[in-house]
Amino acid sequence: MLIIAAAFIGIGCVDNGDTTTEDTAADDAATGATGSIMIKGSDTVLPLSQAEAEEFMIENPDADITVIGGGSGVGIAALVDGEVDIAMASRQIKDSEIENAEANGIYPVEQVIAWDGIAVVVNPENPVTELTFDQLKAIYNGSISNWADVGGDDLEITVITRDSSSGTYAYFKEEVLLDEEYRADALVQPATGAIVQEVGQNTGAIGYIGYAYLDDTVTALALDGGDGFVEATPENIMAGNYPLARPLHYYTDGEPTGLTKEYIGYVMSTAGQEIVSDVGYFPVN
Amino acid sequence: MLNRYLKEKGIESLLFASGAVAVVVLFLLCIFLFRDGVLLFENYPVTSFLTDTKWFPTADPEHFGLLPLFLGSLIVTVGAILFSVPLGLAAAIYISELANPKVANFLKPITEILAGIPSVVYGFFGLVILVPIVQKTLGLPTGQTALTGSIMLGIMALPTIISISEDAISAVPRSIKEGSLALGSTRWQTIYKVTVPAALSGISAAVMLGIGRAIGETMTVMMVTGNSAVIPGFPSGLFEPVRTMTATIALEMGEVPQGSDHFHALFAIGSVLFITTFIINIIANYIKRRYRFDL
Repeated sequence: MLIIAAAFIGIGCVDNGDTTTEDTAADDAATGATGSIMIKGSDTVLPLSQAEAEEFMIENPDADITVIGGGSGVGIAALVDGEVDIAMASRQIKDSEIENAEANGIYPVEQVIAWDGIAVVVNPENPVTELTFDQLKAIYNGSISNWADVGGDDLEITVITRDSSSGTYAYFKEEVLLDEEYRADALVQPATGAIVQEVGQNTGAIGYIGYAYLDDTVTALALDGGDGFVEATPENIMAGNYPLARPLHYYTDGEPTGLTKEYIGYVMSTAGQEIVSDVGYFPVN
Repeated sequence: MLNRYLKEKGIESLLFASGAVAVVVLFLLCIFLFRDGVLLFENYPVTSFLTDTKWFPTADPEHFGLLPLFLGSLIVTVGAILFSVPLGLAAAIYISELANPKVANFLKPITEILAGIPSVVYGFFGLVILVPIVQKTLGLPTGQTALTGSIMLGIMALPTIISISEDAISAVPRSIKEGSLALGSTRWQTIYKVTVPAALSGISAAVMLGIGRAIGETMTVMMVTGNSAVIPGFPSGLFEPVRTMTATIALEMGEVPQGSDHFHALFAIGSVLFITTFIINIIANYIKRRYRFDL
C-alpha cells in the first residue's frame, strides 16, 4: 500500500513538476524503497523482470535493481550460493537444488509471479498448423524426421532446442518428451532469440519459445495434449486450456524482506500485473 | 654508484616477481582444473569418457562421451585452417613482398583491427548473415553447420596468421632474395622458391598459433555451429551441425549443480582443452626452433 501511495505521489510530481511535492515524494520513496537487490535467472522471465524493475525504479529513485539472465538453473545456483536476492525460474526448483540450498543455510521460498504459454513455432511458409503431443514427441525424440509424416511438405525437419540450463528445456522435456532424451542431432541454441531467428529463416525448422517472444516472423502451432487442438492464444492460455502453460517463479531465501519484499509486492500489485500482460505473459489471477 | 646498483636490482626483482606470478597463476589454474576434472572418474570410467559416442549429461543414466565434442572441435578447427592458411599466407606475402609501402602500412593495421572485434559481434554477423547464405547456397536443412563455424573462425584466426607470417617473411635477409634475383629468377620464383621456404619456421608457428586460437574460441562457435553433440563425418560433417568442447562448457556451465558428475565432466573437458592448447604451443615452439633459418 505504502509503495503504491508513494508511486502515485511520484507520478503526480512528474506530471506537475512541482518542487515541493517532489521533495516529499523523494522522502516517501526513500523511506519506502532504498538499497539495491540483484535478480538473476530464467531468460523467459528476464524481459518481464526488466520491465517490472524499470517501472519500480522510476517510482522509487533510491532503489537499485539489477536483473541478469542466464537460465533458470543459473539463477537458482546463484541463490543457493547466496549471490542474489531473487532467482527467476521458469520451472519449479528441483529437490536436489533444495538440498544444496539447505546445506548452505538457504531456504528457498517460492512466489508465482505470472503464467507463460510455450508456443511451438514453425516457419510461416510451413503448411503444418497443428500437432498432437504424440507427433511433437516423435519429432523431438527423432522418430519422425520429415514434415510429410505429419501432413506437411516432403522436407527434413530441423529440430531446435534450448541448452540444458534453460528452464524451458527442462519443462518441455518433462511435459512433451515425458523425460525421454531430445534427439542428439537437434540444434541447440544458447538463447530464445536465436530460436526465433533460425525458425524465421529456415522453412523446415521447429522450435519452442516463451509466448512473449512470439512475433510475426514465426507461426505458433495449435497443440493437442489429449483434449483436442487448442491454439496458442492469450484466452486459451489464461483459461488453462492450452496444454503447454506453466507458472513463472521468483525464489527468495526465506520470506522476502526489505526491498525484495517491496519489489515483489509491486510485481504482484495491479500495476505490476498489468506490466505482465504488456510484456506478453499472463497475470496470476 | 650504489644507488644505481639498487635501482638495477629493484627493476630486476620486479620483473622476476611478475614472471613468477604468471607462472604460479598458470600452475594453480592447472591444478584447479585437473582436480575438479579428475573427480569425474570416481563415478565414471575414463575409458567411457574417452570413447563413449554420446553426450547426454542430463539423461538417466548419464553419458559423458568426449568423442563427439572433440571431433566437433577438430572438424571446425581443420575447416578454419583450410580456409585461413592459404588466405592469410597470400595476404602476408602481398603485404611484405608485393604491396607498395603505403598500401602495406594501411593494410597491416587493418588486419590488426580484425583481431580487436569482439567475438560476439562475429557470432552475431555469422548467425544473421552467413547462416542463411550457407543454407540457401548449399541447400542444407540448416545453415548452422561446422562449415559456417569454420569460415567465421577462419576470419578470426586471420590476423594472427597474417601478422606472424608477415613478420617471418619480412625477416628473411635481403641478401638471399637478391642472390636469387641475380641468378635470373623472376620475382614470383623468388617468392615461392626462396623467400617463403626461408620463412617457413615462422609461418608454421603462425599456423599453429592460429589453430590454438580457433580451438579455444567459444562465443562465435556457440552461436553459429548449431551445437548438436553428434559424431561428425569428414568431410560430410562440415555441412552438419556440430558441437565443440568450448561451446559445451559455455552452454552447460550455468545449470550444473556444483560438485555433481556433470560439473566435473565440464572440468574434464576443460582439462582436455588445456592439454590440447598446451601441446599445440609446444609444437609451435619446437617448429620455430627446429626449422630456424641459419645463415
